[in-house]
Amino acid sequence: MNKFDLRLARPYAPQQFAMLNELYRDVQREALRLRVNGEDVEILVPVHKTLLEVLREDMGLTGTKHGCELGECGTCTVLVDGRPQLSCLLLPIQLGRNEITTVEGLGGTAQLTPLQQAFAELGAAQCGYCTPAMLLAATSLLRQEPKPTRQTIREALAGNLCRCTGYVKIVEAVELAAERTRHG
Amino acid sequence: MAERQELKVVGRPLPRVDAAAKVTGVAVYADDLHLPRMLHCRILRSPHPHARIVSVDATAARRIPGVKAVLTGQDLPIRFGILPVSQDERALESEKVRYVGDPVAAVAAVEEEIAEAALRSIRVEYELLQPVMSIEEALQEPPDEPIHDRAYTRQPANLHRRVNYEFGDLEAGFAAADHVREDVFFFQGNTHLPMEQHSAVATYVDGRLTLWSSTQVVHYVHRTLAKVLELPMNRVRVIGAVHGGGFGGKTDPFSHEIVVARLAMVTGRPVKCTLTREEVFYAHRGRHPVMMWVRTGVTRGGRITGQHWRTALDGGAYGSYGAASVFYTGTLQTVTYDIPAYKFEGVRVFTNKAPCGPKRGHGTPQPRFALELHLEKIAVDLGLDPVELKRQNFVKPFTRSVNWLRVTSCGLEECTEKVLAASGYRRRERRPGRGMGFAVSAYMSGAGTAIYWNDMPHSEVNLKVDRTGVTAFCGAMEIGQGSDSVLALVVAEELGIGPGEVRLTTADTDLTPVDLGSYSSRVTFMAGNAALEAARRMRLLLVEAVAEKMGVRGDLSEIEVGDGRVGDFSFEEACELATARFGALSSTGSYTPPRMGGPFKGSGVGPSPAYSYSACVLALEADARTGLVRVERVWIAHDVGRAINPLLVAGQVEGSVYMGLGEALMEEQAYRKGRHKWPSMLEYKSPTFVDMPEVETFIVETIDPEGPYGAKEAGQGPLLPVIPALNAALHDALGIWIDEVPVTPEKVLRALEAKSKGQPPRHGPKGFPAVDYGAPIRVEPPDPRDMRVGEELEAAFREAEGRRLC
Repeated sequence: MNKFDLRLARPYAPQQFAMLNELYRDVQREALRLRVNGEDVEILVPVHKTLLEVLREDMGLTGTKHGCELGECGTCTVLVDGRPQLSCLLLPIQLGRNEITTVEGLGGTAQLTPLQQAFAELGAAQCGYCTPAMLLAATSLLRQEPKPTRQTIREALAGNLCRCTGYVKIVEAVELAAERTRHG
Repeated sequence: MAERQELKVVGRPLPRVDAAAKVTGVAVYADDLHLPRMLHCRILRSPHPHARIVSVDATAARRIPGVKAVLTGQDLPIRFGILPVSQDERALESEKVRYVGDPVAAVAAVEEEIAEAALRSIRVEYELLQPVMSIEEALQEPPDEPIHDRAYTRQPANLHRRVNYEFGDLEAGFAAADHVREDVFFFQGNTHLPMEQHSAVATYVDGRLTLWSSTQVVHYVHRTLAKVLELPMNRVRVIGAVHGGGFGGKTDPFSHEIVVARLAMVTGRPVKCTLTREEVFYAHRGRHPVMMWVRTGVTRGGRITGQHWRTALDGGAYGSYGAASVFYTGTLQTVTYDIPAYKFEGVRVFTNKAPCGPKRGHGTPQPRFALELHLEKIAVDLGLDPVELKRQNFVKPFTRSVNWLRVTSCGLEECTEKVLAASGYRRRERRPGRGMGFAVSAYMSGAGTAIYWNDMPHSEVNLKVDRTGVTAFCGAMEIGQGSDSVLALVVAEELGIGPGEVRLTTADTDLTPVDLGSYSSRVTFMAGNAALEAARRMRLLLVEAVAEKMGVRGDLSEIEVGDGRVGDFSFEEACELATARFGALSSTGSYTPPRMGGPFKGSGVGPSPAYSYSACVLALEADARTGLVRVERVWIAHDVGRAINPLLVAGQVEGSVYMGLGEALMEEQAYRKGRHKWPSMLEYKSPTFVDMPEVETFIVETIDPEGPYGAKEAGQGPLLPVIPALNAALHDALGIWIDEVPVTPEKVLRALEAKSKGQPPRHGPKGFPAVDYGAPIRVEPPDPRDMRVGEELEAAFREAEGRRLC
């Protein structure tokens, strides 16, 4: 059912009309063309839906996680034109032709990127819930700064919370991936 | 278990078995599940801390297009709770609410937004009651009515549970002391803050209920669903989805799990409920706020002669694990220090806050913080080195404590040596504003008793071998700690193959035999032992079939198993030979801890088949102008018995250090005017990358006689010494005592101000409330060399009882 098409609804009481009107006031659906992981995707979504919701619910890209949906934890980080952004605070209508990268746009299981490889080898993912976001933030960092210091890594990733690792193995994995990329 | 000659995969730093799925984002967590025709559920929660429910009117909500079902308290009247003695929760409350966030009604709708809108149309009439928001208030008789019925609590005021034990002759202990000291401490509550919000999806097809959930305890959720929904256990299936972090916060059965199950039954459609972050703060079950009073007698040389504890726990609105938590605030002190006479009085009270429960270290970080700091102060009183004072009181391996806890392997000395040497603690520079602190701790490798009384194993493993290879089935729940990896490594080691060749099916109650769950640091020890037994049995079958083919008779030990081979055959060939020889192949393994506790009621909390040990040195810099504390480095040594996978052990230790630092410095589940002060990740401060110091981890191996390959726990113990080490370091740096956690800049400045005014240089609680703990249960201490367990121990108790009756 199209939840925004009130014609399909059964008759109901006036106060419910009022409530639904409040809920759906100004809701529009917009046909959008997004560029996600190198592919053009056409979607029809209500304009108030966040990029996080559209990625997960309309595109099935559930690798992007969420911890708060309020821009506080960094767990929903994606790359927009290579820069880490919080997908829970972005609306797809803002994005137009920007290049969006999610964890699914990094290497797959057959071809891990050096960062993914290092995270796997060093145990930088425990429960793994913050991992997609960490990988994307770190990918952006290494593109801009191929030889980061420990402090640079910490500052670049400071917007991403992790409760399992104490960040120790994540920092080590980013260092290892940077080293391998430079010498690889 | 007998030690094998040479370990091939155990002990190597291998990647976790689920690493690739996690770094590529393909791992499916509960909220990632999307089923055809799935409905979305939202739960209406109480905005009041304490109120009677007068009426609930959901008529309007039911009429909203897109709403498929609405549930209220009348639909789910049966009470539940994780402990059999604390069946005090309802999936939806119908009579009264006890904290802001208590569930009252639930809606399933075609869209989450419609469900949310429908909640707003439900009219609930409340009659407000006086909220009880502190331990002190809860100890008084309430003006209107207690939070829970007296028929349930059988306690005065808002008390939940009282315990009172005296082991040995306390009076004689204090009489033998040259110096007696008393201190009071307070440990503020804090929460787990897993990155993943709780989430559950239910389906109901052909009279069978299936629930995928982000839980640490599929078996206990299974039992609870069967009870509340009045379904036979065989009609309920609980599957642990890939898990986004628990730390104890997903160890209870939760309202939303029951609600989506009932909604799936009512609507015939799949139903999902994912909590918002704010709701996760209300789900809680986190660290209890605990007030503590401790009195210790020591000789001039620093030997402990007796110790007396009083604790008071703020339990929040429901029982949860609280009846056990109160014991844990008094039980494990004796596992690090040899205390010849010991008294412990504890009380847990109900308050109108989110319910407290088990968080990493369950009930023991609070007294550990207090104990270590208390001993530091005694050392100052006596002019002794605190490390040496603690050290001369360390328990010895293979002894029994005054409260009957059996200690086997114990690496306290080795751990202490490691961190002292690496940190240069003794040679440290003494300069105002810089300091180092030292602390030790111990933790259980699984509770010796299940949470409900039964004689069955705590962990069971089935191993299937056929012509396609091996699969291990176990109810153990992977929550990120690496339990799947442990199972794969143990099976791989025994069958001589790589861990990647072991297929795993875990935490699915239809397919896997029972494991009690990922709590109390029990999985490596218990599921590991069960897997070891199953794999050794399977190994025998493979060897026997191969021996027959090779014409080997009698001694089969010459048939080597390893590197993918069994004797002259490949592992795959061996599987075929054994299937041809014996038919369908399976083996089983199980683990039941022996009876270990003493001959008294309440002795079930504390005993564990083995204890892990940790020692920590922490270095910090403290700014006397701002009160800011910056931790520079942490050295931590952990006696894990044997590291089955050192990479994962180090990860657990580092994660524990991190979580300990968060609790020590900033994390607080605090309330104002009946409401949570900061139910958001921004306001609830937790350490980020830039707050985290360098950590040097040392793994100490003592090869425990009963752990799988000698292994013990690693997931909780290393959190414990970090907090007191920080407070001790702060004293080293500024000469002040912060007898309260967390150590905020404000408290540091207050203590400095007191110091500058010539008052005692401390910040902390002024006193301890008067509590009637009732009469103590007096217990004769055991012979410290008595290592008997199980049937032998029970026989000794029966004999003693017989003598007493004569």
